[in-house]
Amino acid sequence: MKGRTDWAAHIVLCIGVAAFLLPIWLVFASSTLSAAAVQRGELTFIPRLSGFGVYYRVLTEPSAGTGPAWRMLMVSASMALAIAVGKIVISVLSAYAIAFFRFPFRLTAFWIIFITLMLPVEVRIIPTYMVMSELGIINTFTGLTVPLIASATATLLFRQTFLAVPDELFEAARMDGAGPLRFLWDILLPVSSANIAALFVILFVYGWNQYLWPLLVATNPKLDTVVIGIVKMISTESLTQWNRVMATAVLALAPPIVVVLAMQRWFVKGLTEGEK
Amino acid sequence: MERRTIFSGWLLPVLLVLPQLALTIVFFLWPAGQAMWSSTTLTDPFGLRSRFVGLANFRHLFADPLYVATIWRTVEFCAAVSTLAIAAGMVLAIAADREIRFRGLYRVLLIWPYAIAPAIAAILWILLLHPQIGLIGRWLNSIGIPWDYQLNGPEAMLVVVLASSWKQVSYNFIFFLAGLQSIPKAVMEAARMDGAKGFFRFRTVTLPLLMPTVFFLLVVNLVYAAFDTFGTIWAMTSGGPGKSTETLVIKVYRDGIVNQDIGSSSAQSVVLMGGIILLTILQFRFLGRRSGGQ
Amino acid sequence: MASLVLEDLRKSFGPVAVLHGIDLCLASGEMLVIVGASGCGKSTLLRLVAGLEVPTAGRILLDGRDLAPLDPAARDIAMVFQNYALYPHMSVFDNMAYGLRIRGMPKPEIRARVGEAAAMLGLAELLSRKPRQLSGGQRQRVAMGRAIVRQPKLFLFDEPLSNLDAKLRVQMRAEIKRLQRRMGVTSLYVTHDQVEAMTLGDRLLVLHEGKPVQLATPMEVFERPADTYVGGFIGAPAMNFLPATLLAGGGAVRLAWGEVLPFADGARAGAEGRKLSIGIRPEHVAVVAAGTALQIDLIEPLGSETVVIGRLPDGELLSVKIAGPAPAGEQMHLHLAPEHLHVFDAGSGLRLDPAT
Repeated sequence: MKGRTDWAAHIVLCIGVAAFLLPIWLVFASSTLSAAAVQRGELTFIPRLSGFGVYYRVLTEPSAGTGPAWRMLMVSASMALAIAVGKIVISVLSAYAIAFFRFPFRLTAFWIIFITLMLPVEVRIIPTYMVMSELGIINTFTGLTVPLIASATATLLFRQTFLAVPDELFEAARMDGAGPLRFLWDILLPVSSANIAALFVILFVYGWNQYLWPLLVATNPKLDTVVIGIVKMISTESLTQWNRVMATAVLALAPPIVVVLAMQRWFVKGLTEGEK
Repeated sequence: MERRTIFSGWLLPVLLVLPQLALTIVFFLWPAGQAMWSSTTLTDPFGLRSRFVGLANFRHLFADPLYVATIWRTVEFCAAVSTLAIAAGMVLAIAADREIRFRGLYRVLLIWPYAIAPAIAAILWILLLHPQIGLIGRWLNSIGIPWDYQLNGPEAMLVVVLASSWKQVSYNFIFFLAGLQSIPKAVMEAARMDGAKGFFRFRTVTLPLLMPTVFFLLVVNLVYAAFDTFGTIWAMTSGGPGKSTETLVIKVYRDGIVNQDIGSSSAQSVVLMGGIILLTILQFRFLGRRSGGQ
Repeated sequence: MASLVLEDLRKSFGPVAVLHGIDLCLASGEMLVIVGASGCGKSTLLRLVAGLEVPTAGRILLDGRDLAPLDPAARDIAMVFQNYALYPHMSVFDNMAYGLRIRGMPKPEIRARVGEAAAMLGLAELLSRKPRQLSGGQRQRVAMGRAIVRQPKLFLFDEPLSNLDAKLRVQMRAEIKRLQRRMGVTSLYVTHDQVEAMTLGDRLLVLHEGKPVQLATPMEVFERPADTYVGGFIGAPAMNFLPATLLAGGGAVRLAWGEVLPFADGARAGAEGRKLSIGIRPEHVAVVAAGTALQIDLIEPLGSETVVIGRLPDGELLSVKIAGPAPAGEQMHLHLAPEHLHVFDAGSGLRLDPAT
């Protein structure tokens, strides 16, 4: 329709893209420098091939303040997966119960779940910590993941998705003879698969990027996530090995970014529809 | 909204809802109740005994000029982060909504930063702004502008604001783009037929139709800035230098975990809960409008 | 083959009564169409029979067996939904087979039944497609196929054609009728479309605000509407109603502008001056050289026919359907033939037949 190029839009977008890509590229390229070079302030945009060995070293050897990165990546991955999968399972079940049944105290249950929207970890740091230590799950993988699984957002999202499923579809399945569990498994979950995929991305990123929570409940270095590890690396008393920090940062960034890019289509739709 | 038809029976749904309910009660309601209780008690220095002191902790809290200063600092920080992140997200979304080449590519390149962890954003910005090793920080010092956010409070505030809003731009971009795309094409075409052009059309047609998204994002960004930036701030400045980047969440963490002052930090937690309840109510008031208006 | 009996079936949602006592008896193999405006309770009636809603009172008997304790799936009833309600993630084959699979039917038999139904409906080539790859008419057929493979005792149709465009609707209408005849399954068919009702039903049940108004064959409903509501609802353009008063002896009425019309079929009961409503269908108004004058207001040419809307001497509107093109001029003259008059009580709206 329009013949001429919209230069203003291109310029704005290029600046925007650069503002995100350049810092990451800078970190990636500079991670191949020597620690001393970084300390002298010689950051670069051109990676040195010979410096890529740093990735092998951070993955396999402990750095100042932390263990080897592969270990932390494994903790992060297990934590993110456990949170994403656990939350999806538990929310699908409760949203299904609330949307498709009438039972005593249904509304009470709904409101109790709903209330958690107003109580993010950040506002109940101390009391949660105290409860966790009473339960004896400080410094356990359970303590790291299970409390984060119980939040309302996913339940509300699934409830909304389920309510949007046409009544006729549900009725057709009933006339076909599908009972509650069969309907959930055969019809509802496949029909909601796009939302589940979207939620998986959102929750994986959420779990992977946690900082305050693991800082609070997992002081054991064996439970360090990669995000925790990086901050530890720059806070050590000894000299910060910046090339290692940067290499670890690249390793920490890659998985959630890959997940977002791979599932972008569902993710964007699910995010914008779900939060309404 | 309720379904027209439902399954009968109550045992199965109760079993289905039980796991979620149990976790919610153990990890949300119990701690919240605990916080309310301990916010009204005073524990002796050895942590052996605690006694009921009513609202004394709250009175102390609000009588403490340091705490009041932290509240104002948090408000300023949240306002700055939200404004920057929303403005940047909106400008980028408007540009990416134009009929231009490569817009699919632009969109992808602006969506992926959603995945960056707040604490990692801090690392990236340290490498840009660190006075000795940061790209921009060194350059500023080299051209004679003294720059060291580790010593200068306002500079530190600027740094955490930049890093925190940078992290949130892509979230806002995604929502603004969806908001723009949900404006019916016919409405924009009608505006064109009416002769509305350029910024005038944006101000009189696009922006009013986008206002629900703006309100929604305002609440989300305020919550983000108030709570989710802990990782960014803690990794960059730990609230320093002095207290110049100490927000409410940083203070709760410091007082409770580092200094072990349970009573005061519980009272602070209760204050934060009040704040977030207020924001949630705001959000749902507005949500009602949004679904009612369309 | 089965008979269906409804006994004083009632349904209320909270304080709102939606169905006020329906009694109905369907012979085996009969197709009964329930027709009425939206909100008249016709879909609720269907859903009560399906078991998707629980009646407030009354009984539903299928082949003499009370359905009340039975789950929808156990009632041996199949339903075709308005928006088809196909499972979007399943192929055409799986959509049709799902109900049979749940019932634990052996695979070869499922394949045979689905294949047979697909052949009958012209879906044999489409069995591996997903619903979104089908046209509206094809989806409609799959929905029918899903009902057919079950070989149920009773078919329920909930406005199955309302999502199709006009041409397809006519085609599918004929197809449904043919199928129902061929299979001989007792059927309840709900629609708001009077043409569908007239063409499909062995009998019609006209529902108005939750009450049964008339239960009769289509032609009887058309020729002897039970009240002004049915008269106005069935037939297009709608029946004209003219206010009138009964003359002494009950053998004729006087219209608002003084004209007197005799009854062709006999005298009506009632005192002189009884207020009546005289119904006449637009196609039954004859155009003559001299008679009641009609001031022409609007002309709607329909091609082979023309609908003329005009004002009678008293200012009331009257529509007339005539063959061929519209007459020239601003006025035409009409004859209201006594043999085509429908007589209703003006107050209750009920049909008034000759006193015997």
